[in-house]
Amino acid sequence: MTLTAQELLSADDLGIAARWGGDAGSPSPPFLAAARTFVENRLAVLGAALLVLLVLFCFVGPLLYHTNQITTNLGNADLPPGAGHPLGTDEVGYDVLGRLMAGGQTSLIIGIASAMLATVVGTVVGAVAGYLGGVVDALLMRIVDGLLSIPALLLVIVLATIFTPSTALLILVIAALSWLTTARLVRAETLSLREREFVEAVRLAGGKGRRAVLRHIIPNTIGTVIVSGTFQVATAILLLAGLDFLGLGIPPPAASWGQMLSTGVNYVYDGYWWLIVPAGLAILLTVLAFNFIGDGLRDALEARLRSR
Amino acid sequence: MTGYLFRRLLQAVVVLIVVSLIVFGLLQLLPGGPARAVLGNRASPGEIANFIRQYGLNRPLPLQYLIWMGHLVRGTLGWSYTQNQSVASLIAERLPKTLILTVASVVLALLVGLPVGMVQAVKRNRSLDQVSTFVSFAFYSIPSFFLGLVLIILLAVEVHWFPAEGPQGTTFAQIMTNFRALILPVVTLALGGIALFSRYMRSSVIDNLVEDYVRTARAKGAGRARVLIRHVLRNALAPIATILGLFLPVLLSGAVIVENVFNYPGMGLLFWTAAIKRDYPTELAITMLAALLTVVGSLLADIAYAISDPRIRYVRR
Repeated sequence: MTLTAQELLSADDLGIAARWGGDAGSPSPPFLAAARTFVENRLAVLGAALLVLLVLFCFVGPLLYHTNQITTNLGNADLPPGAGHPLGTDEVGYDVLGRLMAGGQTSLIIGIASAMLATVVGTVVGAVAGYLGGVVDALLMRIVDGLLSIPALLLVIVLATIFTPSTALLILVIAALSWLTTARLVRAETLSLREREFVEAVRLAGGKGRRAVLRHIIPNTIGTVIVSGTFQVATAILLLAGLDFLGLGIPPPAASWGQMLSTGVNYVYDGYWWLIVPAGLAILLTVLAFNFIGDGLRDALEARLRSR
Repeated sequence: MTGYLFRRLLQAVVVLIVVSLIVFGLLQLLPGGPARAVLGNRASPGEIANFIRQYGLNRPLPLQYLIWMGHLVRGTLGWSYTQNQSVASLIAERLPKTLILTVASVVLALLVGLPVGMVQAVKRNRSLDQVSTFVSFAFYSIPSFFLGLVLIILLAVEVHWFPAEGPQGTTFAQIMTNFRALILPVVTLALGGIALFSRYMRSSVIDNLVEDYVRTARAKGAGRARVLIRHVLRNALAPIATILGLFLPVLLSGAVIVENVFNYPGMGLLFWTAAIKRDYPTELAITMLAALLTVVGSLLADIAYAISDPRIRYVRR
């Protein structure tokens, strides 16, 4: 088996990996030092602040700013921003600002839920494959290789045309494609952890494989897992937006940012910028926030970078 | 080297077989089967039975898989449910267009991304580096359909510098004579790549700058520029080959969206139309072809890497 680029460069930029020297005997990982590094990273703090604002906007916003996002009102269609509609209305008369909040809820819920699910599955698969080795490892890793060679958007589209999209289904579908990188990274770390004395000690003391994996190996990969999970949210939100943009996500009246953009496309020549720019910026800022946070976490959790 | 080549080739074949099983398996997930999905809920049992017979869906699964594989290997790729054409003939018209778009984007991404990454590495942690880090994160995070639309609004609608649509010609010559129309789609598709390549180039050069050979070369009196170009650049470029391999699936996903935004009739647009019409043979054949391109691409990238860096060939785990 050969090295893949991700494993080779796993510790590098955008490659998502973090590692702290995981001695079982040492006290809790250096959370304080990590937190300090994170806070010193201006982009990471910016990302965290952005995320807080976005969550407030999407989930608290609708409590203060009431709009009708269920029934259409064609008499109010395509109004430019102005009194009563700060960001105008769309082609069927939905208030764009209110729709932005509703669409954000779906994006954030699906993005975060699918990333969490994918991270759990990826961690378990990676740790089990790396710890057991042999046939199980070879089989699992060939499945990972296979799924990784199919461009993600194509696979999501095929799945979305096979099943009827709903929030729960999209979480499952996106998670089904996103556990792969996490599994690879965790497997690579497990391979080196497996040879360490503290894992050896579990075996010598008569501990079962399950105990070694759950209590000793997975906790030591937690840095990698957190960082990879954060980037996973960004990827999931982009993937979801692409699917919605192509008209293959959750159908209206449910709101989503990608879908708002795809209706805006029809009005490019009419200069209805409010149908395109707000939704596009919302996606951009959300993805950016998670990427900044992920990058900050990687710097904070990876000792190698900190010492440099 | 032969041993490495052989192992890597074998791995690629295994991956392709796994991919084909996954893609074939997807079709079996259809609730009610493809006949119900294509003909709709009002189709009579007779029509369903007819469809099933016509497309050989009543044969045992392993046999269906082998027949499907036979189509793939012979290059006919099956028969479209909606277009009454072989999928191969549909793809043959479209594939060259997608190749022009993607190859041009990769070239542009490398031409911009690599020098930017190198400058960032040399000036690391100064304000220039921080600004360009911010910019490349923004490029990396911007959805390509939003970027494409913004470019259309600014450069095609506000000022008429470029057409809003990609070239509609069918032959290579026709597309190339309408090169202007290709610029916006290529730039849109390349931007994510620019961010990716500059980030990796930055860290690759930084990793190399602390190597002993750099100090040795400097101690022997070589100038900064000389060390950077003659020594560091060569070593830093090698891992970029593998990143290029990793970038391929991203690029093909991106092509689906960019072709859609710019109405450029390549394979991505064909795939989208097939998805909307539930034309599963076309969808699956393009998925398979995209995976094949990815596997072959990363195989070539890994071989290029192994040629440029002998250490890779001896890594065994």
